[in-house]
Amino acid sequence: MKAQTEVLNRRCVEAAVMTGLALNCHINKKSLFDRKHYFYSDLPAGYQITQQRLPIAANGSLTYGVFMGNKQSRMATKTVRIRQIQLEQDSGKSLHDDLRSQTLIDLNRAGVGLLEVVLEPDLCCGEEAAAVIKELQLILQALGTSQANMAEGQLRVDANISVHHPGEPLGVRTEVKNLNSIRFLAKAIDHEIQRQINELESGGEILNETRSFDCKLGCTVPMRDKEGKQDYRFMPEPNLPPLVLYDSASLPAGTESQQVINIDQIRDALPELPSATRERLVRRYGMLPEHSFTLLNEVGLLQFFQNVMKETRAEPKKVTSWVLNTLLGYLKHHNLAVSESPVTSSALAELLDLLDSKAISSAAAKQVFEELWKGEAKSAAQVVSEKQLELMQDREALEQLCQSTMEGHPQVVTDMKSGNPRAINKLIGLVRKATLNRADPAEIKDILERLSS
Amino acid sequence: MLGRTLREVSVALKQGQITPTELCRKCLSLIQKTKFLNAYITVSEEVALKQAEESEKRYKQGQSLGILDGIPVAVKDNFSTSGIQTTCASNMLKGYIPPFNATVVQKLLDQGALLMGKTNLDEFAMGSGSTDGAFGPVKNPWSYSKQYQEQRRPQSNRKREGTDWLIAGGSSGGSAAAVSAFTCFAALGSDTGGSTRNPAAHCGLVGFKPSYGLVSRHGLIPLVNSMDVPGILTRCVDDTAIVLGVLAGHDPKDSTTVQDPVKPFTVPSLSDVSKLCIGIPKEYLVPELSSEVRSLWSKAADLFESAGAKVIEVSLPHTSYSIVCYHVLCTAEVASNMARFDGLEYGHRCDVNMSTEAMYAATRREGFNDVVRGRILSGNFFLLKENYENYFIKAQKVRRLIANDFVNVFNSGVDILLTPTTLSEAVPFLEFIKEDNRTRSAQDDIFTQAVNMAGLPAVSMPAALSTQGLPIGLQFIGHAFCDQKLLTVAKWFEKQVQFPVLQLQGLMDDCSSVFENETLPSVSVKQ
Repeated sequence: MKAQTEVLNRRCVEAAVMTGLALNCHINKKSLFDRKHYFYSDLPAGYQITQQRLPIAANGSLTYGVFMGNKQSRMATKTVRIRQIQLEQDSGKSLHDDLRSQTLIDLNRAGVGLLEVVLEPDLCCGEEAAAVIKELQLILQALGTSQANMAEGQLRVDANISVHHPGEPLGVRTEVKNLNSIRFLAKAIDHEIQRQINELESGGEILNETRSFDCKLGCTVPMRDKEGKQDYRFMPEPNLPPLVLYDSASLPAGTESQQVINIDQIRDALPELPSATRERLVRRYGMLPEHSFTLLNEVGLLQFFQNVMKETRAEPKKVTSWVLNTLLGYLKHHNLAVSESPVTSSALAELLDLLDSKAISSAAAKQVFEELWKGEAKSAAQVVSEKQLELMQDREALEQLCQSTMEGHPQVVTDMKSGNPRAINKLIGLVRKATLNRADPAEIKDILERLSS
Repeated sequence: MLGRTLREVSVALKQGQITPTELCRKCLSLIQKTKFLNAYITVSEEVALKQAEESEKRYKQGQSLGILDGIPVAVKDNFSTSGIQTTCASNMLKGYIPPFNATVVQKLLDQGALLMGKTNLDEFAMGSGSTDGAFGPVKNPWSYSKQYQEQRRPQSNRKREGTDWLIAGGSSGGSAAAVSAFTCFAALGSDTGGSTRNPAAHCGLVGFKPSYGLVSRHGLIPLVNSMDVPGILTRCVDDTAIVLGVLAGHDPKDSTTVQDPVKPFTVPSLSDVSKLCIGIPKEYLVPELSSEVRSLWSKAADLFESAGAKVIEVSLPHTSYSIVCYHVLCTAEVASNMARFDGLEYGHRCDVNMSTEAMYAATRREGFNDVVRGRILSGNFFLLKENYENYFIKAQKVRRLIANDFVNVFNSGVDILLTPTTLSEAVPFLEFIKEDNRTRSAQDDIFTQAVNMAGLPAVSMPAALSTQGLPIGLQFIGHAFCDQKLLTVAKWFEKQVQFPVLQLQGLMDDCSSVFENETLPSVSVKQ
């Protein structure tokens, strides 16, 4: 459009303030808009509106967790500083058709509002970057400001990478673009770090250039079209007056709430952030911090967990274990999302109740789970009765069976009495077989030990 | 009928003395007859007749939309008009048809006005003569007036017949010529450095520049976003007020419009000016000012004084810096605003397809004239990182000083400033083009552009005819957002001056029924 005056989108400003607050930033009560000029076919106006002089938020921080150690079993918390958050316009999308030497321009997203979050260079490797981005995604999703799906371009990440010797200033940086998943992001960063080290160690130098991550080759390559330093000829955007935000103290009397944005109001309405959610899970259910991270990192898993907790009597620790180990294990193995799980939260809740009431053994429970996984719409109770997995409730009968088994295998009993641990397991196995697996091994052991003492 | 005021014609329509269709046809016929003026780039005959038909229906049902219902108007070709070519008089936009109406155009149409066509201008509104457009120059109707033909000085070496016509002023020359030649009752211009007031002065019209922020710029192809305003050209102040009442007001699509609600208003008839204080800025008395304009300016000041107003000399000390300051800020914004014309999505695209850059460069060289390209280059120079502080920032600071000059003067009790609008009456085209666009703009904008930098309302009023029988205009400048008060004073002046009606030779016989009175009926208008 030739003659459209730009108008600020209220929702974008609110999203920026929410994100700024969630990232512990200082919200600038006055921020300014600028035009950044360059010619490119996906930029129809010949300039992009951004906030170069004075962005909406600055000086924040994001705390994230990284798994430490070989087994990735411990979590350490780290912090990355946020330099600033700015509002700007998106450009269109260029689709390069090398075959026909042409470029197709999709202008549908040109002019749409973007939020750019700029981090300080506090990260040291791909893993840290991945953890930061993951946490940022969770925060944005919790706030509702973005679904932050990288594959769909809802969250775009560019990495600026440099290397230096300890104690020396930061080296020349390269900018790496075209990262459309967290996995590639980590890979690209680690690759680029190594490339730079190799380059410098063999006497070369690093160019301040833009590189693209080629996921097929698994490495970064220089990008065309963005050679040379550009003078963007920044100029204040004349059609957008300075953006003024208020808080409860500075709000002029008698202003209508729709006319202004009140930072305090937005702060009060912020939803629970992931870090708070995790703390709450640890406190309430006594789970390890690592578990809380896993619950949040997997889409839909927390909701699943909470649904199971609602419907079951079982202990939180049990639920945690079943959800994070059994369920998640199966999902990963079959490459399914939580939403695609053939075992519903109700089914698992029922199963855990059966386990909790000792109606079945934990071994039997695993069997039931496997059966439920087939997704044949049977309930846990149905599976148990079909497969006759109920635990023997008759303790007397079980004692008798143990007695008779012991009598039938005197040699094993002797071995057991002489302290051979394998012997008792053999006996337990025999009894279990005799009970058609309907006895709790722990209980069998208990009876055997008592009978042999 | 065509020589009447808007209000009079509106009454005639309401009373059935003439129908919108008849009125429309008369105007279209006159547009045809005055084609040689080159005032219109596009005449939207079909659209206008259809609108006239609809207006007629409304009048028959007694449901007219208001005073503007059925009234022919014209719009400068840098306002977007849905479905009608909008070229900005540039090759870059030849054939470009916008999908929407500028807010001000929509407002006129919503009131039932008939859109006669899109008027000619300097390319992208850059210029003070309406001579540098892709569709040729606009001729000032006064070139063919009885008044001029009878009183002009004989030429020393007389050129060929027909080549010594006068410029209409710019950049809204087409709109001015259209109104001046009676082809419509009001026209939209734009005013960035004087582009509505300048041609108004040369064509004997009321050329109104509203306060910046009063009228929406949405749909006006931008030249300098921080200075552009839509302007109004009419033959009398009452008509201006009618149009302003329709156009003014907040537009959510334009964040630079003020939120305060605006109501349509009628300009009161001032009888007593004794409480008025008129300021005469001494820095505006420049050597280049023609003696005739200077004398007229003085006479006007005396007019106010003898009627009891207080007339004092005031100072706007930073006046001498304003042309240079304007040049820096204007070219910087132009460079930015013109960046969108790359030939990719619409408008002219060259045949070069080796690379995007080559295509852009060739398209822009072919699509823009020298004036536009010159300003883009200058503007980009001022915006370079190494120059930004010394030129752009500095100019912004000077702009603040210039704006403060006006604030200080107005705060000291001055109500209205009175200045010339132009250095002289309209000059012949052949003389005008002896200097380049940049020189001419720098000269001609001298009295008008400081007003744009300060965002103030101003109006050029026809004051008298020169010894050659050509219009001379004087400018009134008001406090920010005191547009109504400004028009009130302007109306008083109009009544005192009784500026004569243009008498178009050669057309008189054909359209004698068109013109009924010989003086502008500012006294006989019934409120």
